Amino acid sequence: MSQPDITPEKAQQYWARTSGLMWIMLAIWFVFSFAIHLFAPSLNVIHILGFPFGFYMAAQGSLIVYVVALFWFSKRQNEIDEEFGVAED
Amino acid sequence: MNEKSDFISNLGKIYGYYTGGFAGFVIILAILEQMGVPDRVIGYLFLFLTIGVYAFIGIISRTQQLSEYYVAGRRVPAIYNGMATGSDWMSAASFIGMAGTLYLQGYQGLAFILGWTGGYLLVAILLAPYLRKFGQYTVPDFLGARFGGNAARLMGVVVLITASFVYVTAQIVGVGQIASRFLNLSFEVACFVGLGGILVCSMMGGMRAVTWTQVAQYIILIIAYLIPAVLMSVEVTGVPIPQLMYGQALEQIEQIENTWRAAGVAVAPHSSAFVGANGQFNMNLALNFFALIFCLMVGTASLPHILMRYFTTPSVRDARKSVAWSLFFIFLLYFTAPAYAAFAKLEVYTNVIGQPIASLPGWLKTWGGIGLVGACDAPNAATIYSICAGVVGNNDGILQFNEFRINPDAIVIATPEIAGLPYVIAGLVAAGGLAAALSTADGLLLAIANALSHDVYYRMIDRNAPTEKRMLISRVLLVIVAGLSAWFAASAGADILFLVAWAFSIAAAGLFAALVMGVWYKGTTNTGALVGMIVGYVVTFGLLLWTEFGGVGFVETFGSADAIRAAYTQARMAIPATIEAGPLHGVLGMWADSQLVRGRVVARFCGIANIAGGIFGVPLAFIVTYAVSKFTTQPTQAMKDFIDSIRVPRGNVKLADNSAVE
Repeated sequence: MSQPDITPEKAQQYWARTSGLMWIMLAIWFVFSFAIHLFAPSLNVIHILGFPFGFYMAAQGSLIVYVVALFWFSKRQNEIDEEFGVAED
Repeated sequence: MNEKSDFISNLGKIYGYYTGGFAGFVIILAILEQMGVPDRVIGYLFLFLTIGVYAFIGIISRTQQLSEYYVAGRRVPAIYNGMATGSDWMSAASFIGMAGTLYLQGYQGLAFILGWTGGYLLVAILLAPYLRKFGQYTVPDFLGARFGGNAARLMGVVVLITASFVYVTAQIVGVGQIASRFLNLSFEVACFVGLGGILVCSMMGGMRAVTWTQVAQYIILIIAYLIPAVLMSVEVTGVPIPQLMYGQALEQIEQIENTWRAAGVAVAPHSSAFVGANGQFNMNLALNFFALIFCLMVGTASLPHILMRYFTTPSVRDARKSVAWSLFFIFLLYFTAPAYAAFAKLEVYTNVIGQPIASLPGWLKTWGGIGLVGACDAPNAATIYSICAGVVGNNDGILQFNEFRINPDAIVIATPEIAGLPYVIAGLVAAGGLAAALSTADGLLLAIANALSHDVYYRMIDRNAPTEKRMLISRVLLVIVAGLSAWFAASAGADILFLVAWAFSIAAAGLFAALVMGVWYKGTTNTGALVGMIVGYVVTFGLLLWTEFGGVGFVETFGSADAIRAAYTQARMAIPATIEAGPLHGVLGMWADSQLVRGRVVARFCGIANIAGGIFGVPLAFIVTYAVSKFTTQPTQAMKDFIDSIRVPRGNVKLADNSAVE
């Protein structure tokens, strides 16, 4: 493996982009782990296919969001890596 | 090397044949059952043949190379590492226990579903890629390299061993329970049978063997979990998609609950959020729900047996992708668990409660026989059956709601019989539960043994030990630790299952701040991280031990006079005429009360049950680490270069101190 030919400025920009993505993901994590379930009692009034919606979000909805978000994150971070030429060979 | 790449490129084919072979095996057993082979023989065939397969994989994966033994040669493809992490992750508690918790607690139990999945977001975005880039063997390796040597490394080992040991003991109890229920072995013997099953998988081939058996175990456990749920869904609703169809069951449960509540029965609503048995909003339930989610998630991202799985992928890119696959494979089981709970509850509410004792369904008798369910109508039931403790039956020949008791473990185990399926499906469930417990125990034991052999023995005691000696020590330690936990499990029994949740709080408070700040905050100093780890670990572990085993004393220290009086009453102690509030009550807003659980008076600090005890230690560890870092020697330029180098996927890792690693 060769050293990346990346200047300190570039490295800084790369880390800023990576951190930005990290904060976006952390926000998604927070919303679907905590924020949305605060409203569970109100959401439960809505029924879809028999599911009270608040219950559904905790039992399945948030989980689906997690899985999709993680695949999106891995793709997005890889694009950033390639844009800055720091992806592995 | 060529032979190895052959193996990797043929993985799809190999595990495809394996899955087909397993399906064929189940069909053959089903035919044998129809031909009149007794249930017990079917049970034995299931358990011994699956353990035999794991042992076979374990033995052909034996190795004498360090990188194979510790990190499976770093060439496990993302998707297979995902499966291996899935079974590493999903323990007996997930497979057997979770559906039961959801049955008993309804919405409140979903904290486990959320907590045990959402943590993977933290793993992927904050830790896994950077630990993979760092590229050594263990999590304490990272702490040692980032925080200047053996003190941080040793503290990491202490946290790792505490968390993993309580966790692995609970897994062996799980193996013991499954084996004793299905094979009629005594619980103690079953624990040591389980131990044998664990050792054959991990001893010869370390991480390499554990990886490939875990993939095999994942396939069995997911098949075993999905099939009964699908068949149950067909039975109840006619559609084979339990995850969508249990909405109907929820709706019917709600109607039945409403009828009962109108008739004056105090039944906690299954799907309402934060509502107690009185039907009112309960703030404390909400608080504990979110605290538990937080602890389980942060704990997920701190448990070394999970983090070390991402050391085995070929690249940083694969490590990220692998976390996503891990979560997908875990998701398959977790989004099915609430369906088990809902269908079982509907069955109980429609065909069990309110029925004459004489005409209760057959499954109740089967599992009542070994004490997993109790129909406590007889007035003396509480004295005969331990599960009926505290129930006074009215002896009217009808089973009322408050006369029915069920052990949460019964939900998954009894579902095949509730759905009227042949015994072979029950055997399949047992094999799945066993796979879940064994795979988790494998991963945990390996994490402990590696920490002791690599971090303690090699890194701190004998830096010149030759490879053969290191491998030997590692295997000897594996056997010793495994034997110790099997002994502990066999003597403590099922009373220690609550320890699983402790492992999360301990790991979260002890490791999370140091790992995350080590990567994301360059100003974290050696002393800062070390003090943060110690404070997080001591405060959290201390809180857990004190609230659990010294509940009355805890309330005497932090509780109000009323809370202390209540604790004395729970503990059946004499109540003095005057009681004063505890010396620390109200200091910094601290308070405590207590509950009677697990046969003990267990204290709650600020209203939080100790299962979510990490809620205090985790933020504290961050604050302490940050504050101490402000006042201690700043990291050197070399250390900053090291951090820069692990933040970028490409290029070499620039170690600040080469002696800190191999």
